[in-house]
Amino acid sequence: MSADVQLDGVWIKFGDFVAARDVNIQIKEGEFFSFLGPSGCGKTTLLRAVSGFLEPSDGTVRIGGDDMAGIGPNKRPTALIFQNLALFPLMTVWENIAFALEVRGVRRAERRKKAEELLELIALPGQGDKMCHELSGGQRQRVAIARALCAEPDVLLLDEPLSALDLKLRQHMRTELRAIQQRVGITFIYITHDQGEALTMSDHVAVMREGIIEQVADGSTLYDRPETAFVASFVGENNLFRGRVAEVTGEQAVVDTNVGPIRARMATHEGEAQLKPHEEAFVFVRPESLKFVNGGEFDNAIQAQIHQQEFEGNLWQVFLDVANSDKRIKMSLVNDGRSLGHETGSDVTIGFKAELAVALPQGPLAAE
Amino acid sequence: MNPRSYFQRFFLRNGRTLGTFILVAVAFWIFIMILMPQIFMVDFSFRHALPPAKVGGAEDVYTLEHYQYAVYGSAKAEGEYNTVDLKVFGRTLLAAIFVTLFDLALCYPIAYYLAQVASGGWGRLMVLSLIVPFWVNEILRAFAFRIMFGTTGVINSALMATGVLDEPYDFIREDWALYAGLGYAFILLMIFPLYNAIESLDKNQIEAARDMGASWLRIHFRVVVPFAKPGISSGCTMVFMLTAGALAAPQILGGPSSLWFTQIVFQWFNQGNNWNRGSAYALILLASTIVMVLIAMRIFKVKLGETIR
Ligand SMILES: Nc1ncnc2c1ncn2[C@@H]1O[C@H](COP(=O)(O)OP(=O)(O)O)[C@@H](O)[C@H]1O
Ligand SMILES: [Mg+2]
Repeated sequence: MSADVQLDGVWIKFGDFVAARDVNIQIKEGEFFSFLGPSGCGKTTLLRAVSGFLEPSDGTVRIGGDDMAGIGPNKRPTALIFQNLALFPLMTVWENIAFALEVRGVRRAERRKKAEELLELIALPGQGDKMCHELSGGQRQRVAIARALCAEPDVLLLDEPLSALDLKLRQHMRTELRAIQQRVGITFIYITHDQGEALTMSDHVAVMREGIIEQVADGSTLYDRPETAFVASFVGENNLFRGRVAEVTGEQAVVDTNVGPIRARMATHEGEAQLKPHEEAFVFVRPESLKFVNGGEFDNAIQAQIHQQEFEGNLWQVFLDVANSDKRIKMSLVNDGRSLGHETGSDVTIGFKAELAVALPQGPLAAE
Repeated sequence: MNPRSYFQRFFLRNGRTLGTFILVAVAFWIFIMILMPQIFMVDFSFRHALPPAKVGGAEDVYTLEHYQYAVYGSAKAEGEYNTVDLKVFGRTLLAAIFVTLFDLALCYPIAYYLAQVASGGWGRLMVLSLIVPFWVNEILRAFAFRIMFGTTGVINSALMATGVLDEPYDFIREDWALYAGLGYAFILLMIFPLYNAIESLDKNQIEAARDMGASWLRIHFRVVVPFAKPGISSGCTMVFMLTAGALAAPQILGGPSSLWFTQIVFQWFNQGNNWNRGSAYALILLASTIVMVLIAMRIFKVKLGETIR
């Protein structure tokens, strides 16, 4: 069974402090949904409101269409995987996994059988009699997942479950998690401050900042069509130019910046353009959208001097100082086996297309 | 690590002066304060009670007389048991067990509340209000209980005012005052080990169990109690040993017809002027309580090392 989750006008306050501000989210059943935001933005708090450890100060949480107000965590069709896993140290692996069945009074032999099935699912067959501390970090992680799945929840809630693992294991577990989700077919709500995790695994991602949902979209939309300055600066890398809108033509705007006028696509929100002439604006351009101008067609061109070049194998990272300004920008070029053709310190012209630059109203930015 | 290199490292770490001081202090503590008095008591308990002039003389030989007396009474009545003392002995141990269990039942919720529920300042205030009464002398506290439980004390007055009782109930004669006083006397030694154990339990484990649908009862029996077992055993051991060996509370709060085993020990030392028999009685109590604690640990599968953790 799987269920949809709906947050309607959810506010969560701790005294004067607002941890979640008017959150409206629809999560479809069977989807992998992530909340992405910097540490302290209220992700865990929101998850606790879904799992029932916390009642929202205002608004409703619905799971499978039912209002969850007044229903405790032990009565909700959710299972939460804690940031620190919270496995029971004095129980064996299989007792941990089958705890939800023990609670329901299922007979021991049957519990054992179900635990073995789940151990199979998480690729730890026959390890049921070990104690949790005898397992590696990645294995404990999977035991926590199995323990939560054993409760047969309609919605699985995961609170930064991979943050304690090393990089390699983390990447492996992403694939693993996604595969498990597709196998069991239930709704996953996943919390992370790691955009790589959110973008690779999720069907939809909600970007959060200080208790506010900035944008809900799939990964490529978030990356290519950010709707707020925060999303543009938090998701992926971006070059930022500050300025003022000079003119608006159709879907594009010309923004006067300290490196000259830049023609850019205007971000829309629900189909509405967000900028008007004379408004303060940010222009974001991704490093990989920048190219050396060798006679090609570009809407924008910037004179700059190469400050530094870094070779990263698949990419060249080129840092440039813009002429007549103190702006430093970054350009990423795919390594196609040929040399860059420019020396460090040489003067170059770089260009980019208007539709690859986005103009947004000024607003809070992600911390570097 | 072999002992030689251990000592070398010890002196390297602490320096010669401090290292010597620590060694001497620890040795002094172990031998003079702990072992010697006990050894004297053991030695005493196996000798005849002799007038001072004969001590060290030809009659001063080892004997089991006092232990025999504890079990069989005076040698004249052949084949009879010392029922008076044995009854007191049994009653003392049984009562100590009940006081321990009562303290455990009372302190577990308090310790759990302090460790997992109460937050910050409120919790500290509660801990303080638990400790402060123990700044008052033990004997004064016992007398306060005596006044409280007396026929004209607050408890009787309250029960009579509310109509529960028609005439005052003699809590002291019926030993209720004694059990209450004993239960209260060592309550901190139950609360703090429990508190320490429960406090180190990750809140998320409780929440995880709850999230999987466990009732509060199951959470406690499956998650909290197993985790707190070392604290429980440490608290129970201390309360049991100290209750069985308590003297002030039984002296002051005990009913006129009932004796605590330590009171008999005290009588042999004091009124009976028979230190040898007193030592034997004290050692019997000590040995039996230790054996009982070890048996309880075996039953509940607690290791001695965990208890002192
Ligand atoms: N019980 C609480 N009382 C007061 N403030 C809290 C409480 N829980 C969380 N907060 C605050 O709410 C904010 C969001 O916390 P959290 O949801 O844990 O962030 P995240 O999981 O995104 O890192 C933090 O500033 C935190 O200090
Ligand atoms: Mg968190």
